[in-house]
Amino acid sequence: MKNLASFGLGLLMTSAMAAAQADDVKIGMITTLSGGGSHLGVDVRDGFMLAIEQSGRDDIEVLIQDDANRPDLAKSLSDEFMQRDNVDILTGIIWSNLAMAVVPSAVRQGVFYLSPNAGPSALAGRQCHENYFNVAWQNDNLHEAMGAYMKGEGFERPILLAPNYPAGTDALAGFKHRYEGEVVDEIYTQMGQTDYAAEIAQIRASGADSLFFFLPGGMGISFMKQYESSGVELPLFGAAFSFDEIIIQAVGSAALGTMNTSQWAYDLDNDANRAFVERFREAYERTPTLYASQGYDTANLILSALDKAHPSDQDAFREALREADFASVRGKFRFGANQHPIQDIHVREVVAGDNGQPTNRLVGLAIEDIQDVYAADCQM
Amino acid sequence: MCVVTLTLFLEQLINGLQLGTMLFLMASGLTLVFGVMGLINLAHGSFYMVGAYVTALVTVSTGSFLLGLTAGVLAAAGVGALVELIVIRRLYHRPHLDQVLATFALILIFSEGTRWLFGSSPLWLSPPQMLTGFVTLPGGARYPLYRLVIIAVGILVAVGLYLLISRTRLGMRIRAGESDREMIGALGVNIARLYTLIFAMGAALAGLAGAMVGALQSVQVGMGEPVLILAFVVIVIGGIGSIKGALCGAILVGVVDTMGRVFLPAFFRQFMSPAEAAGVGSALAAMLVYILMAIILAFKPKGLFAAHG
Amino acid sequence: MDKLKNDSAPPGLPAIPATWFDRKGLVQIGLLALLLLAPLAAYLLGHVYYVNLGSRITLIAMAAVGLNLAIGYGGMVSFGHAAYFGLGGYVAGISAYHAFDYSPFLSWPIAIPGSDSMLVIWLATILLCGLLALAIGAISLRTTGVYFIMITLAFAQMVYYFANSWPSYGGEDGLPIYLRNTLPLVDTGRPLTFFLLCFAGLLLAMAITSRMMKSRFGAALTMARLNDTRLATAGISPYPVRLVAFVVSAMITGLAGALYADLNGFVSPTLLSWHMSGELMVIVILGGVGRLYGPLAGALLFVMMETLLGGLTEYWKLFLGLVLLFVVLFAKHGLMGWLAGREPHV
Repeated sequence: MKNLASFGLGLLMTSAMAAAQADDVKIGMITTLSGGGSHLGVDVRDGFMLAIEQSGRDDIEVLIQDDANRPDLAKSLSDEFMQRDNVDILTGIIWSNLAMAVVPSAVRQGVFYLSPNAGPSALAGRQCHENYFNVAWQNDNLHEAMGAYMKGEGFERPILLAPNYPAGTDALAGFKHRYEGEVVDEIYTQMGQTDYAAEIAQIRASGADSLFFFLPGGMGISFMKQYESSGVELPLFGAAFSFDEIIIQAVGSAALGTMNTSQWAYDLDNDANRAFVERFREAYERTPTLYASQGYDTANLILSALDKAHPSDQDAFREALREADFASVRGKFRFGANQHPIQDIHVREVVAGDNGQPTNRLVGLAIEDIQDVYAADCQM
Repeated sequence: MCVVTLTLFLEQLINGLQLGTMLFLMASGLTLVFGVMGLINLAHGSFYMVGAYVTALVTVSTGSFLLGLTAGVLAAAGVGALVELIVIRRLYHRPHLDQVLATFALILIFSEGTRWLFGSSPLWLSPPQMLTGFVTLPGGARYPLYRLVIIAVGILVAVGLYLLISRTRLGMRIRAGESDREMIGALGVNIARLYTLIFAMGAALAGLAGAMVGALQSVQVGMGEPVLILAFVVIVIGGIGSIKGALCGAILVGVVDTMGRVFLPAFFRQFMSPAEAAGVGSALAAMLVYILMAIILAFKPKGLFAAHG
Repeated sequence: MDKLKNDSAPPGLPAIPATWFDRKGLVQIGLLALLLLAPLAAYLLGHVYYVNLGSRITLIAMAAVGLNLAIGYGGMVSFGHAAYFGLGGYVAGISAYHAFDYSPFLSWPIAIPGSDSMLVIWLATILLCGLLALAIGAISLRTTGVYFIMITLAFAQMVYYFANSWPSYGGEDGLPIYLRNTLPLVDTGRPLTFFLLCFAGLLLAMAITSRMMKSRFGAALTMARLNDTRLATAGISPYPVRLVAFVVSAMITGLAGALYADLNGFVSPTLLSWHMSGELMVIVILGGVGRLYGPLAGALLFVMMETLLGGLTEYWKLFLGLVLLFVVLFAKHGLMGWLAGREPHV
């Protein structure tokens, strides 16, 4: 840790100085706008910009760049934002592996990073940092919540499915952490796999009573379509990552009846959320996803802190962020000691909406005030 | 624990076969284009995407999958012909490296152009209602009808290609083009038109694969890339330029990949904890197809059915 | 760059035969000067970002110099050089990881500690990349043409999937390098120092390539590319000649990868993906295959386009594709061919 401190100090000199030049605030957003899975980045951006435009403030400049889902490009963009544009705040990254490339060195160079989506365990635990705030969730939260929910619902023999990469193994570990009981089997698929016939045959043969899966983006779409056409009838459970409004529209009828956990739902009943959903639909002519809600919350958190302090006054601004004094669309929202959310996780069911298209409907609470398990490892 | 029964084995074999037929549709076009024109086309996956996108759009607006499928295949063929006329025909006399760079550029143009036109969100596409049923396999497992239809279409295409190449005038020209390119020009065949036709045909087959498999998959930008790499593995294993090789290679790759994914984790479970076995097994399964290819090329440097001596 | 061309060789005037001051020589000096002076000027003006951008271009160019040795001079079209680029990166990452928390890399059969010394890392990178390339090359070089392209891709994909799913070093999440690895006497943490280090690496790689190609070995390699039967009748077997060139090529690319990981402070399986192999290949072709300065020109153009277009539009890749297509259709011998004229036939 001593090594880390001296490293931070060395680089701090180069970029922190310029932050004090003007009163204007510069925010650099690095997000995934091209290639597969780009609808996540588009929604984070749109939600974020909606809040900024709503605030009517003209002293905030948001610079947006596409990372094309490549860690080395994201890293280069973060250098560009910090060293050339002297941004005060970075945000926007969608994927954990990109966050791991950018965040640890960025926060040590004296900028604030607010994560609107990725929450890798390392940044919540051993590598937590006073300038890093996660406004979405720690990666395990939604999976843990589903573990708790399925246990509560009395499922006894779940079978688990995830891609073979860190977020996949973490997801299953998170699920088992709260589910606590025995699982029938764990199946790992390949990243980017498109055909799941072999896995579905295994699921059919396993004798399980339910299926929990984590397959983000296109993988989840492919899986659910093939699952429906296979005639296996185990109930499907997952985290919201495979059930955002855009994905379930693409999945179609195969998504109906599935259950998923999310920290947010568009029919969550509070004033901030009703206003957000209405304005988002008005501005972009589509229903917001949870990613849009996270972008929106991130921007509002920044705005609330800017009302109290300028980022160049690092301590005051950090304190203002910690207070989380903004109207979150999730209803209640607060930070734990590791600056990750402590929040309620809800359960949603996919039902046929008014126009016959599948949509999420809130059915209840999965778990209250969940905090990630890594917070204990964080020493700030 | 997952016990390997004969039924499960049979079902997985059919799954492998189905993956194989889909790969064959992709690989046959690639191998034809390489065999006749000597062109490496990295952008072949883009036609797969075009087929799936147009099928999805037309199916949604007309409500008929069959109409969508037809439109998808025609669109892929049309786009293929257009690309051949504008770009590809300038590349036939260039080194392979220039072809790689140009078709790599085409991938970028197609992917981002599609995203520009249709947005980042995946599109909806499902198998037609009449094909959503099941067939009961010996042993009692139910197998989705749609996947069997894909296998059937794949076999039909293979037979059709065989007849086309061995029995028709066009096939004769294709065979002549494979063995001696200058000669058929000298014989008065309009080579430019022949090449455009072959390229469009390859694109149509890729579009057909995209349209049919798109109903089981996520129709999104970049969907052709993973399939493209596998299709290249297939044609290299089979021997470039050989349709027979593409068929054998596709089925071999489909079956090995499927079986590896299922049975490697089960195998490692004999002497590892389930979580470890799943991790190691699926890591090895991901590498399996490439290991297979390296072994085959180490012993048969021109693939299983080398088309050129 | 257009300006350079006009300055150096006004149309209609015959080129002066002295190698330094003819059109080609001027373009080459111009390219080197641009790459060296632009980051220096940026440093003096206080724009650290452009210094790092210079390092990035330099290292990508260096990796492409390695690949160019295989593709351009040896005629071995490797679609798997990301394997060596990434392996170099992982050597730097893994070594630094163990040095950082004082854990041994290996404790059995012999104890190998981690190290944050660049010298140790470079040596290890050269050794490991050499060994990997020896194994891959020994098998792959039995094939030719498209088969060679695809078998090198297959091996790179194996390495990629291995790194992606192997949990010890972060898997797909990658591995951060918190502190830039060190060298005696110089402070590698300073952007300008690091840039100069990368630049020296690039020059060294180009010098090695140039010396190799001027030697008897280079003549044999050229002959192996053009007509290996003739080489065989001269009593030299082409296979070991190619293999040696392939191994050296991998070492150069690997070394660039080790430095690239240090530049980013991060290494992940993306460095090993087929996109990376493709990108390196594109840079070589873009610059001009088999031209000593080709990779440099290619890397300059490619990285600059990536950086500039990315700031202009969300659909920047579309325009990148159009530019690449334009270059390949209308500048037949790459950027260097277009700027400096065709290479005389050997």
